[in-house]
Amino acid sequence: MTRQVKKIICIVCPRGCEITVELEDGKIKSIKGYSCPLGKQYAEKEVVNPERILMSIVECVGGDLPVVSVKTAKPIPLSRMIEASKALADIAVKAPVEIGDKIFENLLGLGVDVIATRPCHEQRG
Amino acid sequence: MYRTIIIGAGITGLSIARWLTRYRGLQVIVIDKEPDVGWGVTKANTSIIHPCHEEHPDKHPLRSKLCLEGHNLWYKWVKELEIPAKWPGEIIVATNDEELKGLHKYIDYAYRIGVPGVRLIDRGEMLRLEPWINPDAIGGLYAPTAGTINPMMAAIAIAENIVDNGGKLLLGTRVEDIVVRDGKVVAVETSKGGIEADIVVNAAGLYADKISRMAGIDDYSIHPRRGQYLLFSDRVDVKPNKILHTAPTPKTKGVYAITTVDGNLLIGPTAEDLPEEAREENTTTHQGLDFIYEMASRILRKLPPRNKVVKTFAGLRPEPSTGTFIIRFHEKPWGFVEAAGIRSPGLTAAPAIGKHVSKLIIERLENIEPRKDWRSKRQAIPRPAYMAPRERDKLIRENPDYGWIICVCRKVSLGEIMEAVKRMKKIGVPEITLDGIKFRTHSMYGDCQGSQCRPHIAYLLWKRLGIQPWRITTKGDGSKYAFTEVKALLRGDRGA
Amino acid sequence: MLSPKSKPSYGVIVVPDRITKKDYDTVVIGGGPAGLAAALKAREKGLETLVVETRDRLGGIPLQCIHPGFGIHYFKEDMTGPEFVYRFIDKLLSTDIDYTVKSYVNMAEYVSPMEKKLEIITPYGTEIVRTKTIIYAAGARERTRYEIGITGPNPAGIMTAGEAQTLMDMYGVMPGKKILIVGSGDVGLIMARRFVLEGAEVVGVVEILPYPSGLIRNVQQCLKDYGIPLLLSHMVISVKQRNGRVSSAVVVKVDENFKPIQGTENEIECDTIVIAAGLKPRTKLLESLGAQIDPRTKGPVVNEYFETTIPGVFAAGNALIINDYVDYAVEQGELAALAATKYVDEKGIRIKKPVKIVLGRNMRLIVPQMLTLTSDALFYGRVARPEDNVWLSFKEIGFKIPQLKVLPSIMIRQKIRLDKLRMLETDTLTVEVIPRD
Repeated sequence: MTRQVKKIICIVCPRGCEITVELEDGKIKSIKGYSCPLGKQYAEKEVVNPERILMSIVECVGGDLPVVSVKTAKPIPLSRMIEASKALADIAVKAPVEIGDKIFENLLGLGVDVIATRPCHEQRG
Repeated sequence: MYRTIIIGAGITGLSIARWLTRYRGLQVIVIDKEPDVGWGVTKANTSIIHPCHEEHPDKHPLRSKLCLEGHNLWYKWVKELEIPAKWPGEIIVATNDEELKGLHKYIDYAYRIGVPGVRLIDRGEMLRLEPWINPDAIGGLYAPTAGTINPMMAAIAIAENIVDNGGKLLLGTRVEDIVVRDGKVVAVETSKGGIEADIVVNAAGLYADKISRMAGIDDYSIHPRRGQYLLFSDRVDVKPNKILHTAPTPKTKGVYAITTVDGNLLIGPTAEDLPEEAREENTTTHQGLDFIYEMASRILRKLPPRNKVVKTFAGLRPEPSTGTFIIRFHEKPWGFVEAAGIRSPGLTAAPAIGKHVSKLIIERLENIEPRKDWRSKRQAIPRPAYMAPRERDKLIRENPDYGWIICVCRKVSLGEIMEAVKRMKKIGVPEITLDGIKFRTHSMYGDCQGSQCRPHIAYLLWKRLGIQPWRITTKGDGSKYAFTEVKALLRGDRGA
Repeated sequence: MLSPKSKPSYGVIVVPDRITKKDYDTVVIGGGPAGLAAALKAREKGLETLVVETRDRLGGIPLQCIHPGFGIHYFKEDMTGPEFVYRFIDKLLSTDIDYTVKSYVNMAEYVSPMEKKLEIITPYGTEIVRTKTIIYAAGARERTRYEIGITGPNPAGIMTAGEAQTLMDMYGVMPGKKILIVGSGDVGLIMARRFVLEGAEVVGVVEILPYPSGLIRNVQQCLKDYGIPLLLSHMVISVKQRNGRVSSAVVVKVDENFKPIQGTENEIECDTIVIAAGLKPRTKLLESLGAQIDPRTKGPVVNEYFETTIPGVFAAGNALIINDYVDYAVEQGELAALAATKYVDEKGIRIKKPVKIVLGRNMRLIVPQMLTLTSDALFYGRVARPEDNVWLSFKEIGFKIPQLKVLPSIMIRQKIRLDKLRMLETDTLTVEVIPRD
């Protein structure tokens, strides 16, 4: 039987609770220090498979700005963030783009889409 | 047609060139290693047009003569060329009896050189003339004629005027050798090829000794003397009207406190003798800045806190081993002219040095006539935020770019920035630099030092002129503003 | 003003301008979150409203803050900066609020309590506008390397975090490859992560304080997630350059008085230094109007209506006080708009009893700095140093709120109701942080 205690800083809200997770043979035995259910959920996930939202930009052709800002619609594994950002390096979209438009489907086969977070209007004049 | 090549596009070289463009039969070419004008000694100094009462008339007869003559020429030049200037007068502030006693000699110098109005003032009059003076001071020397200009604006204005009169600038061009044949200069070898020449003028500032050696002249050397400065926000309340400085020492004219033509409090400089090889060491140090702050606090009633600084910078002055200006026309090699070792009061003397050097050249050439079509006037870039609405709207109607203020610290419009670019191209800069735009428009020059407007300016230059932000530099050479597109690093093209 | 027919179509205008009147109830200066929120609230309350923005589009700084963390308080939703601010922009565009971009208030003049004259420079000419009130929401600027005493040469490659962010996330331009970040506030931490996510190397984050100044969650998700070193109790004292671009930073350890410790100098190679050393409210126009500036907040002195010392001129957002969250900027904008409405309706803000707020133990700064005692008051403040287990105390009214932990980096926000404030018998109210036992 292996026992492990992991300390986690919760990133759900700006409060930054320090959560202590006790693991036994890789299974969660106790979670302490969270202040809300979202924090508990986060800690459960974080000890097994930390995930984050990726934010980046994608080239926007013919837009009023050269790029459109994007994010993953759901968190993706932390370990694959840079790889995921790289997957967005070779693509470009055409203006107009609206907030929420799907920019890229099924990023790295993770089943997560990439969506626009800023509009990119067509360049005028 | 005689071809005259002037090496050095600082205030000295440009002043010489401006005088030479007044004559028919001369072709004037100014060469500089930097991609723009005034980027050497001219860029960083105290910006004062001295009254010239601090020059020793016996030890430096030529220097004191040229100083006063230059001073008087500036009144005309700033009008003709629309250079920002003001003439508030200056006070040397004495903090003890010994300093006060040391000021007496300047009255004699002033009298002999011909500087008007120089007199001692007591504490009471001094504080009435300038309430920002430290009340602990005991008296001072007043010289009512002192002025201040923006030296970079001056260099730019003169350069534009030269080009307007048919002169040529070869910027970003390094002089590699001077070719002498049969005892005469015949050509200049540069990083961009050889150029034949009848006359070669060395106005190379910090590098003048090296240029002279190329022509076989090896009787002096230059070492850099560093001056550090603190420039405060134009919004600090400490705004002395008069130009103030501490009592001079043998090395320097003392530490100055002045409100520049741009409305900033400037204090400095230090006077640090650096080794000969340190000709690009224009770096500030904590020690130097602390010293200036301490010295300035002796003459000012109050100093703004250090965190109200908008910029700290250092300039290097070319200190000649001879201790004085080296201005001469060589017979051997014939046609080689020097205006070297132009240390303080070089800015003040520049127009007179130009006149003097041009005279040395002209009197040795034949068939040289003054031009009737020489244009004395140059117009400054319009500044809509400082115009009356009616005048401004006329400008905006012609060009809407003048109606979009891009730099909010200094209220600079996009129109001014685009006009600066146009003018840079006209004088022949090899590349558009952000510093070049800054010096011409004073965008990126205020409290935020460009952090708010610079990325937008870079973007607009990209949109309008196709210069990508990773191709533009701050000051030429390797000083690139950015590296590549955001996604390029992940794609693996790290080359950019 | 030029005739609308002559309006040229050029450049990158995203939204057209719309100045339809010569007289307004309120002119909002600044089209960022505080300004947009103020304008929407003012219009909702029936004020004729104009928004003036200097950039080519509405939205302000959040447009370039593409990371999540916005709107948790206001919309109860976690969104990115652009998503957050476009909620306001879209709403504003659906109203008849006038606005103008690429426009700069060159001069403001106080004519009378109910009249301020503004000279606005636009690409269509000079607009002279009269207004009863002004809501100043022009934001802040970042501190520069010179203000934090970094000496050495002045090469390319030293820029503020905001400049780097504009380049990267508005214009898609990568400012460098090997980055050193100065300042561990949230902006510095977030930029560290942005650089890493785009393939640049971040060699470290230098912080003069012995603890990180940003949120602890940002230390986790921006630095620890990517193994970026955080150098606490360190400062950059000078830089070195090669060919006109920065080539390294000289970093030194500091003692408890933030003085460099001799012999601890260490040169860190980098091609870019990003300064994230805090913000300063932009107050130029307020100063030109004669408004008093608080040397602590560096913003204007205001009462509980966020009214400056110039009657009818209000401030909100980072132009008022440097906020931790955009939600606070929005809140201040809305409060300033309600105050402007009251000002218009009642022809000024009356003072029942002038009260001065005094900074007590361990308080570094606070707004409002004075009270009229006619309304509830919302206080925003910062402590001077970290402390655990304390009371936030409003001394003279005997009102205390327990605080587990106070940090200079975390803004205190506390509302005090008018009935409590009315208990005040003195003309000063001391705000202090005192130990709990």
